[in-house]
Amino acid sequence: MSVDVDKAIADLKSRMDGLPGAENKLTMVVLSGDLDKHLAAMIIATGAAAMGMKVVLFFTFWGTAALRDPRKKVKGKNFMSKMFAMMLPKGRNKLTLSKMNMAGMGTAMLKGLMQKKNVASLDQLFDVAAQLAVKIYICEMSMDLMGFRKEEMIDYPDIEVCGVATMLSHAKESSIQFFI
Amino acid sequence: MADYTIAKTLDYKGLACPMPVVKISQQIGSVAVGEVIEVQTTDPGSLSDFPAWAKTMGHAIVETKQEPGLIRIFVKRQK
Repeated sequence: MSVDVDKAIADLKSRMDGLPGAENKLTMVVLSGDLDKHLAAMIIATGAAAMGMKVVLFFTFWGTAALRDPRKKVKGKNFMSKMFAMMLPKGRNKLTLSKMNMAGMGTAMLKGLMQKKNVASLDQLFDVAAQLAVKIYICEMSMDLMGFRKEEMIDYPDIEVCGVATMLSHAKESSIQFFI
Repeated sequence: MADYTIAKTLDYKGLACPMPVVKISQQIGSVAVGEVIEVQTTDPGSLSDFPAWAKTMGHAIVETKQEPGLIRIFVKRQK
């Protein structure tokens, strides 16, 4: 009795390709609006890209505010949207620590320490992420809820608005999924 | 262990996680397969991060030298 090895391998391969998590990819949901968590997210994302992984970030809820570009202004928002726009941090450089913020003193101190110790800032990490082709998705529903528009989001080479199914289809293919 | 020549030396002194690994991933392609890059770093995390990166990417750490205030890691491009 002979075994068709080539056929067996091809058969196995086709089954493997259909398995969840088969791709060398990291999908991360960034829900938080805290500076510390965004730092962690961007360090993991750029690190994973450096390890040869495809990286997909899905910014949702409080995370979406951090993707706003403070230089961009959008007119014609309703009252609630204006309130959200005002009360949430306008861009990643306005994020504060989840602990020890102390009315901004803690955050300022941490940023000073990071500079002293030459730890990359969020600005630098976004630059690196762009260089390494990290993909950014923004949750459409969160933006709609808070009245954010695509036009007020940062300029980034690969940024797109999407829904939960897009994130899930990436997550299913990814060998690593994170939620921050 | 010393049967290699260094094709390039990169100065990553002062950089913190994740930059040493990010930078080596961008630089490894600048030497030919089989060549060795010397990385100079002051980040103690690099001691475990470079081997982890190399293992994942299919490259090799041929040697690591620790001097006071300086870590030298020798990375061989394998593919």
